[in-house]
Amino acid sequence: MKSPLESAVLFHIGPVPVAEPVVVTWGIMAALVLGSWALKRRLRRDPSPVQSAAELIADILDGQIRDTMQTEPGPYRAFVGGLFLFILAANWSSLIPGVEPPTAALATDAALALLVFVAVIFFGVKAGGVRGYLGSFATPSPLMIPLNFVETITRTFSLLVRLFGNIMSGVFVIGIVLSLAGLIAPIPFMALDLLTGLVQAYIFAVLAMVFIAATVAEASEPHQKKTD
Amino acid sequence: MDWISIASILGAAFAVSFGALGPALGEGRAVAAAMEAIARQPEAANTISRTLFVGLAMIETTAIYCLVIALLLLFANPLIP
Repeated sequence: MKSPLESAVLFHIGPVPVAEPVVVTWGIMAALVLGSWALKRRLRRDPSPVQSAAELIADILDGQIRDTMQTEPGPYRAFVGGLFLFILAANWSSLIPGVEPPTAALATDAALALLVFVAVIFFGVKAGGVRGYLGSFATPSPLMIPLNFVETITRTFSLLVRLFGNIMSGVFVIGIVLSLAGLIAPIPFMALDLLTGLVQAYIFAVLAMVFIAATVAEASEPHQKKTD
Repeated sequence: MDWISIASILGAAFAVSFGALGPALGEGRAVAAAMEAIARQPEAANTISRTLFVGLAMIETTAIYCLVIALLLLFANPLIP
């Protein structure tokens, strides 16, 4: 049985091996970028059905960001929305025959979790400056500095493991059922996988929002006290 | 088959089975509490279910950790030379 912790190398560019998840990721990136570019080129005041659907998605994303972060969605829409749409497309790419979702590979999830880690620092520094961001480690009291520091590492790790475990176990279960009982049997599991993929994409985006919102709130606290 | 492989397979099976017990009980409690809350206050269903989903994901992570340990034992065991 193929180990789920490794991924197959398809070809080499020079000395760099290119694995299968990387190629699928490129495909998804191209599809998302070209799709949104084609949509953006033909924006109209009386929207076509496709534009209405895209507006609906953007509106739902905005609503979720507003509800979860309790701020205006403007600065976070691109990051959180992009994260959600990419993970959703990656999780559902298993519907295409022969394609394994890239989120079932450890490296893709590690990259996504690392993005969230960097984004938390970026938005924290943007909200309160370097001082404010570093000060967010000392809330509620300086005693918590080691714990808060460890938490930023472990929560990134748990984001990575959560997405990987859920998607990879779905792929694994389908593989096992397929090898046991042929044609029709895996279909209910694939339907369940669609639900898992949606929920995991949603949870990843929500957790990214929660982490960013918490850091931004803690980082900008001293500034508010000064202005009050 | 040497005893390290046998112990690894048993360890993986135990990790998944016992690792699934705790989160299952915890998730059951969480869902029951959320159901009760929604029944009392249907207008807060949106907020409650969003919080429930995030909480369930957090609880589920412990089971996923056990799964990853089991996979490490089976596929990337550092003890098997």
